[in-house]
Amino acid sequence: MWADVLIILLKVLVVLLALINLGALLTWAERKQSAAIQDRIGPNRARIAGRAAMGLFHALADGIKMVTKEDFVPAGAHRTLHTLAPAAALFPALVVFAAIPFGDVLRVGERVIPLQIADLNVGIVYIFAVSSMAVYGTMLAGWASNNNYALLGGLRASSQMISYEITMGLSIIGVLMIYETAQLNVIVQKQGELLWGFLPKWGIVVQPAAFFLFLAAAMAENKRVPFDLPEGESEIIGYFVEYSSMKFAMFFLAEFVEIVIVSGLVVTLFFGGWQVPYLYADGFHWPFGWGVWQLPHLLVVLLQVASFGFKVLIGCWILLTVRWTLPRFRYDQVMHLGWKILLELAFVNLLITAAVVLLIT
Amino acid sequence: MEVFLFWIFAVVAMGCGFLVVWHRNPMNSAIYLVITMLCLAGLYVLLMSGFVATVQILIYAGAVMVLMLFVIMMLNLRADTLQREGSTRAWLLAGVVGVVLVFRIAQLFSIGDPNPPPAEDFGTIEAVGASLFSTYLLPFELVAVLLLIAVIGAVILAKRSTP
Repeated sequence: MWADVLIILLKVLVVLLALINLGALLTWAERKQSAAIQDRIGPNRARIAGRAAMGLFHALADGIKMVTKEDFVPAGAHRTLHTLAPAAALFPALVVFAAIPFGDVLRVGERVIPLQIADLNVGIVYIFAVSSMAVYGTMLAGWASNNNYALLGGLRASSQMISYEITMGLSIIGVLMIYETAQLNVIVQKQGELLWGFLPKWGIVVQPAAFFLFLAAAMAENKRVPFDLPEGESEIIGYFVEYSSMKFAMFFLAEFVEIVIVSGLVVTLFFGGWQVPYLYADGFHWPFGWGVWQLPHLLVVLLQVASFGFKVLIGCWILLTVRWTLPRFRYDQVMHLGWKILLELAFVNLLITAAVVLLIT
Repeated sequence: MEVFLFWIFAVVAMGCGFLVVWHRNPMNSAIYLVITMLCLAGLYVLLMSGFVATVQILIYAGAVMVLMLFVIMMLNLRADTLQREGSTRAWLLAGVVGVVLVFRIAQLFSIGDPNPPPAEDFGTIEAVGASLFSTYLLPFELVAVLLLIAVIGAVILAKRSTP
């Protein structure tokens, strides 16, 4: 009994710490990468004991700066909601990961530990439900600041997030049809099957169109370039213009944690989650009759978790690269793309998938 | 534990529901309504309906209330722009409906537990989907038609040229 509670607490702690630290690390990665893209040096000043460590200490320095800065609430602002908004933005980003499996099961003696915080029957629906709450943070921040620029930013954010949530949900239904479940760990397990004896049945193989639709919609939900109109940091500023110190940092952290979440979801749904091609519970089963490599259980689990982490990091890197490669859409283009292109494509993809699934079964 | 959670969700839902009606500021009312929706989702979880609970959050808290907040922000409603409404007749009608409702609920309490124990897969996506597409197929399709009518109505209203 107590051991079970302890294991769950440990899992929650590990996932939360990994998420927050990866989010903080991504701020450094983004700066360093954008510097490389734009032929600058990037952060290199913060030093501990004379070492700059490629600017890695800047994340630490930022944290100290944010905590010690003055927390300012503008006159006429709604105090409660102004304080609540950053928490409302960060909370969904932190709890979404509970349903994402980061490994298969770990066997310790008699005990079987699933490497996932909550194995929910509604899996993917839970993720959409929680991430649909994220819009409150931006809306409340825009409204409670008593600032017209913030209000307009909040309006842009909420209309954009509502629009793209529909495409995001529709693009996933094709995946659910093929794997016949909404449980995320079952979806990942089924991606370990092989097509024609050699091709892993990953989401990207069976649902390539859904992958691009989901990625585009998820990037729009994340509110980063090329969909950063709610914020528009280079000229108009957005919903969190009236936020300072740690409250601003919470919005900032939420954005970077969401990058990890988007990457984790894409990996789970389309890139086989913790699967390594041809690796099963007892070792590698090579295709074309090349034989079997037996591996100890602990090594298999380690490979699976490492595979998930590696894929998530690659996903984060791609998302950061997109942000520094593309220019921003105009607002009417964002709405046009969401409602008149992506939504239609999602419906067509859904129809074709349904027809094919019906024909095969 | 279950009873404890039930009381938390029930009391918060009731309290916030009261505050929705009582508060003058439309933004505060909307936020209290969101909290009420979330508490209802908690109650659904306690009733072993995980799917209904998540859909409650997804649709009511995540979509309907967001649109409501959007309208409040769009019109920039503040407390002082709204007049207090309600005539004597409306109060009377509300009172009668309230009394009847409380009476009906009290009647239900005396029956005891009318529901048979739930099946093994009660509340899962599979079970809800199976009953939607078999036992409740006709209401399900009717609701779909109703939503279609609403969508067409919205398009027609938006297309109407203003002089």
